[in-house]
Amino acid sequence: MNQNEFVLLVTPFKDKVFRLAKRLLTSTEEAEDATQEILVKLWSKNGNLLEYSSVEAFAMTMTKNYCLDQLKSKRTGNLKIVHANYLDRDSGLEKKMEDLDSLNWVEKIIDKLPVQQKLIIQMRDFEQYEFEEIAKILDMNESAIRVALSRARKTIRDYMTEKHNYGIS
Amino acid sequence: MELAKIEDLLEKYFQGETSIAEENELRNYFSSSNVAPHLEQYKPIFECFSLAKGRQFTPEISLPPRPRDKKRTVAWISIAASVVVLLGIGTYVYYSTDVVNKNEDLGTYDDPQEAFRATQKALSLLSNNVNVGIESVLYIQEYQTTKDKIFINTSKHPGGL
Repeated sequence: MNQNEFVLLVTPFKDKVFRLAKRLLTSTEEAEDATQEILVKLWSKNGNLLEYSSVEAFAMTMTKNYCLDQLKSKRTGNLKIVHANYLDRDSGLEKKMEDLDSLNWVEKIIDKLPVQQKLIIQMRDFEQYEFEEIAKILDMNESAIRVALSRARKTIRDYMTEKHNYGIS
Repeated sequence: MELAKIEDLLEKYFQGETSIAEENELRNYFSSSNVAPHLEQYKPIFECFSLAKGRQFTPEISLPPRPRDKKRTVAWISIAASVVVLLGIGTYVYYSTDVVNKNEDLGTYDDPQEAFRATQKALSLLSNNVNVGIESVLYIQEYQTTKDKIFINTSKHPGGL
């Protein structure tokens, strides 16, 4: 497989990898680094890559593990302050959108969710994966995923209802 | 789309029971302008989901040359080198054992008469060759006699010179 073929192979899901990384790592730069890292890892596997039934699912699993590792090393290291200072490059674009506030609210609530639920929400509601695929990527059974997903959605709903009733949004 | 159906779907959605198609229906409903007032609060959730799709990984994908290639050539070179070494040792061992075999296997005669003749022939060949050697050595004898002639004569007649 040469470089062009590889790029063609990863193009359909590189954005998904990036968005998943961004969901977990928050900062755009870090998510870009993570995506790059994942792609290089896939590239170095190259020959064996086609043996996997779904390269995309494999890539998503790798992304999940890589990001969790990153988070773990960050938590033990003392990098929290640096991390809190990041500037979101996308904010310029998003500011143009209507309802910016309430949209940000949703993002903020999702950020507060446990990592597992974050992953599931990201893959189901943002990327619209089937439960079967999510189960494969996360190595969980489908009913556990449904439960976690329902819990996450309800948390979001409760927050939004609260905000709505207070008239903040 | 009737409101009851949407409410029904929403309930299913929060139970985590909806299919992708049903979720898309909800998205479409909430992205339209006529959302029922009491469902207004859910609007941002679904808008957020569809909006986030726009985020893309823009940087150029930079791939390093595959590290495998180097490793593979090194492996091939070492395989080739070991084959050469093995061949060298093999041929050496093969030929040295071959010489020993030749020395051991000289053949034999069953008939004593024939063996006797062959021995005689071999010995005569040997003596002939030895004679060739002796013939050439005979010249040296010539020197000896000449030397003797001179020195013995001079010792007998010391005043001659």
